[in-house]
Amino acid sequence: MDYFSLTLCEALQQLASGELTSVQLTESVLSRIDTVEDRVSSFITLDREGALIQAEKADGLRREGIAGRLCGMPISVKDVLCTSNMQTTCGSRILENFVPPYDATVIEKLKEEGAVIVGKLAMDEFAMGSTSENCAYGVPENPWKQGYVAGGSSGGSAACVAADESLASLGSDTGGSIRQPASLCGVVGMKPTYGRVSRYGLVAFASSLDQVGPLTKDVADCALMMNVISGYDRRDSTSINKPVPDYTEILHTGLEGVTVGVPVEYFGEGLDPEVEKVVRSGIDMLRDAGARVREVSLPHTEYCVAVYYLIAPAEASSNLARYDGVRYGYRDMKADSLVDMYRKSRSHGFGDEVKRRILIGTYALSAGYYDAYYKKASQVRTLIKNDFAEAFGQCDLVVSPVTPTPAWKIGDKADDPLALYLSDILTISANLAGIPGLSVPAGFNREGLPIGIQMQAAHFNEEVLLRAAWNLEQRAGVKGRKPAIGLP
Amino acid sequence: MKITRKEVEHVAILARLELNTEEVARITAQLDNILSYVAKLDELDTEGVAVTTHTQNIANAFREDEAHESLDRKKALANGPQVNGEVFVVPRVIT
Repeated sequence: MDYFSLTLCEALQQLASGELTSVQLTESVLSRIDTVEDRVSSFITLDREGALIQAEKADGLRREGIAGRLCGMPISVKDVLCTSNMQTTCGSRILENFVPPYDATVIEKLKEEGAVIVGKLAMDEFAMGSTSENCAYGVPENPWKQGYVAGGSSGGSAACVAADESLASLGSDTGGSIRQPASLCGVVGMKPTYGRVSRYGLVAFASSLDQVGPLTKDVADCALMMNVISGYDRRDSTSINKPVPDYTEILHTGLEGVTVGVPVEYFGEGLDPEVEKVVRSGIDMLRDAGARVREVSLPHTEYCVAVYYLIAPAEASSNLARYDGVRYGYRDMKADSLVDMYRKSRSHGFGDEVKRRILIGTYALSAGYYDAYYKKASQVRTLIKNDFAEAFGQCDLVVSPVTPTPAWKIGDKADDPLALYLSDILTISANLAGIPGLSVPAGFNREGLPIGIQMQAAHFNEEVLLRAAWNLEQRAGVKGRKPAIGLP
Repeated sequence: MKITRKEVEHVAILARLELNTEEVARITAQLDNILSYVAKLDELDTEGVAVTTHTQNIANAFREDEAHESLDRKKALANGPQVNGEVFVVPRVIT
């Protein structure tokens, strides 16, 4: 049986009824990995033995009647999350062989609920990138089309779930890094409200923007994962102490009384006509499900990329100062003075994109430029945040494309950083405003590449997103469609 | 030009990065391109607009000042590239 193709909810049902064990399910996932991993390259670390031990343990707990909410579920996570028994590279040479002394809070939560952690997934180095091509340990490929990007920075997480190499995964989203690869690989991906999910143990890129979230095969699984990972954590002083609703409960409600806003600025120049067609027809489906649809305006959208590429590198330049070759990570052993050791370790350990962003950030924060760049960007960030506050006075969620185009060929935008930055234009604003956003599969283009729809809502209104996404999923007719890989 | 080679070299010193001549040339061009793009923000009058450094209104996050176990020394040193069992070892700082 192809158990690997099950969703979390389906597998949990089969485990609960005794038709299936976690060991059988995990073995099925591992054999699937054997079949398709050469083609997909989504893993940096695969813990075959550990996974089977955890699966046996999960089966034991279930027999004893103490099964957690994810008991026995094979799940893999982006290599940006600290795992106490597994190396955590963050896609960087500078963290090669780094084994964290503790688990990230979200990993702890997965383990408490009985999840089986299968491995760590490929990503752009320090989550900086939109294609995962900046990964120092191999570039994941889009399961739907060979030679095409899986997106990024959580490209391994999206490819892994799309290829059925795990039942679900976790990623991190600083400017679209969950939603964009989810869209390009045809899976569901959610960036929660800033502060909804603990960042403790998430390797920091830009601390005011980073958020952990799930990538799953369908919306119900996304809601289940959100139930598990959400909540206040005293170890993350920016997490918010607010009760966590049961996200699975509200899915099956229609959309009567819900107003969908369509932001005119998100349908501008450069939008692929096939993407636009899928999104427009998705909006019609939401209307069919009972929603009211109206136009809204987010007038500062065109400034998002500029704001982001100052604020994110500025925060990164500070966060990445910790990689100095002293306490962990790569050290150049030949350097004979301390400063030389810092310089050589960092220069050899970091890749090009990371160096570029550290330099932009350092420049934007340096004496004489702070007001012109960082302060100015932080003021425009306020205007962007206000745009959303105004829009959410008129509608419950805004619906748009996730990316202007479907996936592109590996290497196509690799030499032009700015061109790649501009492809993030539709996802960045959610991070700048701190609001939740998700991507749900809605269609395919003529070449068979997936196209997702983005939904964004006010702070802590994840429920309306999941509810709208579930209704869309019921009508879009793409759920359960699988890429043609690993077929006999 | 928004940024010169000399400025890139200076910023690299601040960021503790070493760049060779070829890298300085390439990165200067790329940074110039990016900074020319972000100059777009100058179109907006932000006089009197408050800055947003954080999207949630969190005041000081205090906790009880209670003693608890901290990370075990052995564990803390386990990832050190050079350690002597008690501390991290670095190249001599004072000669």
